[in-house]
Amino acid sequence: MKKSLSRRLAILSDAAKYDASCASSGSGRRDSAKSGGLGSTTGNGICHAFTPDGRCVSLLKILLTNFCVYDCAYCINRSSSNVERARFTPEEVVWLTLEFYRRNCIEGLFLSSGIIRSSDHTMEQLVQVARDLRLKHGFRGYIHLKTIPDASPRLLEEAGRYADRLSINVEMPTVAGLEQYAPQKKAGGIRQAMGEMRLKIDAGKERSHTGRRAERFSPGGQSTQMIVGADAASDQDILASSANLYGSYGLRRVYYSAFSPIPDASALLPAKSPPLQREHRLYQADWLFRFYGFAFGELTAGRADGMLDLELDPKLAWALDNRALFPVDLNRASKEMLLRVPGLGVKAVAAILRARRHQAVRLEDLARLNVSIRKVRPFVQTPGWSPARLTDRQDLRSLFSPAPQQMSLL
Amino acid sequence: MTRYVLTLEDSAAFEPWREMARAALQRAVPPEALDWRIRGGETDLFGQITDDGAGLEALTALPVVKTVTLRASCIALLPDLLCHSDPGRFALAYRIAWRVQGNPHLLEVVTDADIARARIMVRQNREDCHKMASFLRFREEPVQQGEGQGERRRFLAWFEPQHHILERIAPFFSKRFTDMDWMILTPRGSIRWDGKELVCSPEPCEQPELDDGFGELWDTYYASTFNPARVRTKAMRREMPGRYWKNLPETRLIPQLVAGAEARVRTMAEQELQPAPAFHERLRAREQLPAEPMPDVAENLEDLAAQVRTCTACPLHCSATQAVVGEGPADARIMVVGEQPGDQEDLAGRPFVGPAGQLLHEALGEAGVDRGALYLTNAVKHFRFRLQGRRRIHQNPDAGHVAACRPWLEQEIALIRPKLIVSLGATALRALDGPGMAMSDVRGTSWTVGRGENAVRRLALAHPSWLLRLGEGAQAESERQRFVEGLTRLRDFPDQSGS
Repeated sequence: MKKSLSRRLAILSDAAKYDASCASSGSGRRDSAKSGGLGSTTGNGICHAFTPDGRCVSLLKILLTNFCVYDCAYCINRSSSNVERARFTPEEVVWLTLEFYRRNCIEGLFLSSGIIRSSDHTMEQLVQVARDLRLKHGFRGYIHLKTIPDASPRLLEEAGRYADRLSINVEMPTVAGLEQYAPQKKAGGIRQAMGEMRLKIDAGKERSHTGRRAERFSPGGQSTQMIVGADAASDQDILASSANLYGSYGLRRVYYSAFSPIPDASALLPAKSPPLQREHRLYQADWLFRFYGFAFGELTAGRADGMLDLELDPKLAWALDNRALFPVDLNRASKEMLLRVPGLGVKAVAAILRARRHQAVRLEDLARLNVSIRKVRPFVQTPGWSPARLTDRQDLRSLFSPAPQQMSLL
Repeated sequence: MTRYVLTLEDSAAFEPWREMARAALQRAVPPEALDWRIRGGETDLFGQITDDGAGLEALTALPVVKTVTLRASCIALLPDLLCHSDPGRFALAYRIAWRVQGNPHLLEVVTDADIARARIMVRQNREDCHKMASFLRFREEPVQQGEGQGERRRFLAWFEPQHHILERIAPFFSKRFTDMDWMILTPRGSIRWDGKELVCSPEPCEQPELDDGFGELWDTYYASTFNPARVRTKAMRREMPGRYWKNLPETRLIPQLVAGAEARVRTMAEQELQPAPAFHERLRAREQLPAEPMPDVAENLEDLAAQVRTCTACPLHCSATQAVVGEGPADARIMVVGEQPGDQEDLAGRPFVGPAGQLLHEALGEAGVDRGALYLTNAVKHFRFRLQGRRRIHQNPDAGHVAACRPWLEQEIALIRPKLIVSLGATALRALDGPGMAMSDVRGTSWTVGRGENAVRRLALAHPSWLLRLGEGAQAESERQRFVEGLTRLRDFPDQSGS
C-alpha cells in the first residue's frame, strides 16, 4: 500500500535533517511585485521556526527519495540500513513547497535525494522540481539543490539557472576518510564538480562589455558539508580542508556536522558521538576566517594535538597564545587588529572606528556598544585604562576558563 | 522655566512630531522645557498626571528666533526611531534634533548615550519586523459561495508586534504574497492586500479563529526535522523567545519532543545490528565484478589520460582539483610544453585556458600558427599553489614534482612522436632537458636532440605567464614581440622532418 503523504513527509524530512545547511541567504533581493506571482528573497534569509535542537527551520529540507545505491557508513539512508523507505513525486514536492510557503512557514526549498538508478536520472528529477516551481508556478522564493557528482553538464547548467544555491557535500575532511566511509563516492569527482560550479558561478556574475548580464547561475554560490568526529581527522585537518575549499572553489559556506547517532547505525561508526562543543568551536573558527581575517593555520598553531580548545573560544585562545600583541590601543589600532581583540565583534569594531573619528573612545563607552567590558578589559587600552601587562599574569587563562563544576554527591 | 506639554497619538507617524519639533526648535525651546505625551496615556514618566504645563498654542505664540531645518542624517534616523513603542521616543528624538544643531557629527558618535539608545531602539524595531516576517503564519480562508474557480485564494493571519512597524513591514508581505489576497490583523492595526492595493489601518483588531487543517502537515515536518541527539533548548529560546510561542502552533510539540529525546537516542544506541536489506546485497554484488586492470604503459592518449587522473606520485594531488592532461591531435607534429596548470586550468581540467593561455593563443594567432594542430601540455599535471585567504597563489613546482611527473610527459612524447617540442619557461626546459641548461642561455634558440628516425627539434621560449608578470611598458612590449617571433618558427617548421 502506498504510504500517506504525511507519512512520507515524516520519513523524507527525517532522512534529510542530518544536512546542517539551512541558509536562505546570499542570493540578493528579488520579489514578485512585478511578476504578480509568489515569493521573494531578502538577501539575509529568514528563519521561520526553531526546533529544540537549536537549529532553524528556514527551508523545507527534504529528500525526493531515501532509496540510495550508495552505502556511506555515516548516512541514515545508506543501502545497508533498514530504515523505512519512501519517495515523493516531483509534483508532490512542488505542492508541499508552495502550500508551506503560502502559509509563511518557509523561505523555500532545500531538495536533495538518494542516488537512484544513475546520477543523471536523480539529477533530472531534482531539476524538474526546480523547473516546475520557477516556470509553471512563477515561484520566486529560495531554492537550494543538491548537486549529484558526475551528472551531465546540461543538467548542472539547468540546475544553476533555477537554483539560488547549489551544494555538493565533501562529507569527510580527508580523501582517506571518504574512501573508508563512502566507498562509492570519489573525492576527485566531488572536487571536479565543485571546480566546474565555481567557473560557472563566476561566469554568471560577469557582465559583457555591453553591460549585458551573463546567464544566471546559482547566484547564492555553492556550499558544502563535512562530518566531524566520525573519522580520526583532527580539527587542524578539517580546517585545512576548509581553507582549500574556500580558496579553490569560492564556497559561501562550509558546514560542520558533528556526526550524530542514527537508527540502525553502521558498525564502522564510533560508538560515541563527538561533543557538540567541538562542532561549535569549528564554526567559530570558520567565522573568524570568513569575517575576522584569521588564517585557519593561526588558530591551530598553538595546539599540540591539532584540536581547538574546547574550553575557550578560538579567538580568546589565540589571544592568550599571542599575548605580546596586547593590549591594543582602541583609539589607534588598525581595523585588522581591533578585529582580533577577544570580545569585539565586527559591529562593535565598525562602531569604534566610526566614533573615534570624532572623540576618544573610553572603556566605559564600550558598554553602550553592547560589548562585555569584563571580557575585553585585559586586552585593550584607552584613555584612563591600561591593563597590567598580560604577560605578567600567570593565571590569565584561569580568568576565562569556565568555573569548575562541583561533582554531584549523588 | 515654562514647561510645554506636547501630545501626540500613540503611533509611528513622523509628520505630527516633526511639525511640533520644528516649532519648538525655531523658538529655541530646550528639551528640558518640553513634556512629550501620548494621547490616552496622559501621564508623565512617573505616572503622575501633571497639568502645570502650557500647551502647543502657548509654544507657537512665542517669537520665532531662528530658521531650522532638520539635517538629512536626522531624517534618516528619526522616523525609524519613532516606530518604537517606548513612550520616551518623542522626547529622545527631540533631544537628538536639538543637540545636532550644536554638533553636526553627533549621529556618528555612537558611544554617546542618546545615540546609543536610539540605535538600540532602531535595532529593536528592525528585529520586530524580522520576527513578524519570520513567525507570522497565514491560514487559508474557505472560498465563499458564489465565488468560482480561478478566484484568488484568501488568507488571514494574526500577529502581535511589539512596536509600530506595520507600515514598514507591509511591503515585504505584498511583494512576497502577491498572487493571493490576505489580511494581517494585530492589536496595533491591520494590513490588507487584494493584488492591487495595500491598505494599512491603525484600528486595533481582535484575534480571529484560525485553522485551515494544514497545520498537521507542518507539525509533521517540524517534529521530523528535529534531531533528538542534540537537544539545545537554550539556543532555540534565544532565537524564538517564548512570547511568540502562543501564535506558533508547532511550538505545542516542543515539550513532548524534548521529553522523548533521551529515550529515542538510547534506543538508537541499543539497537542491534540487523542484516542489510536484500537490495543492498544485490547492489554490492554488482560492484564486486572485477574491473579491467590498467596496463602499465598506456597504448593511446585516452588510456594515458585515465592513468594520469589517478596519479598520486607526489603530494600535489591532495590539494589540486584534478590532474590536467594534454590536449590536441594524437598525430600532432608540434608539442608545446608549459609549466603546470594554473587556477583556471585546475578548475576546468583543460590546459592553457587561463590568462597565460589566453596570451599564448593571441601570440599564436599573431605568429600565424594554427593552434588546432598543436598538442598542448604541461611538465607538471597538478596545480601547485599556496593559500592566501580566499585566493590561491601560484607556486613554481620544484624538482621533486617535475621528476614525479616526468614519466607522464615521456609517455605523451612517445605516443605522439612530435617532430618539434617547444618548451615554455624554465620548468618545461628542466623537465625536457634536465637541470644542465640555463633559460637565459637558450631562450629563443633551437637545437636537435636524438638522431635519424628519432631526431626531434627543440625550441626554448619564455613562459607566457612571465610575460604577464612584466606588466606593461617598453620591456614588456619588446619581450612580447620576441615571444611572437619565436612562435613564428612553429609556422615555418618544415613539413619534412630532419631539415
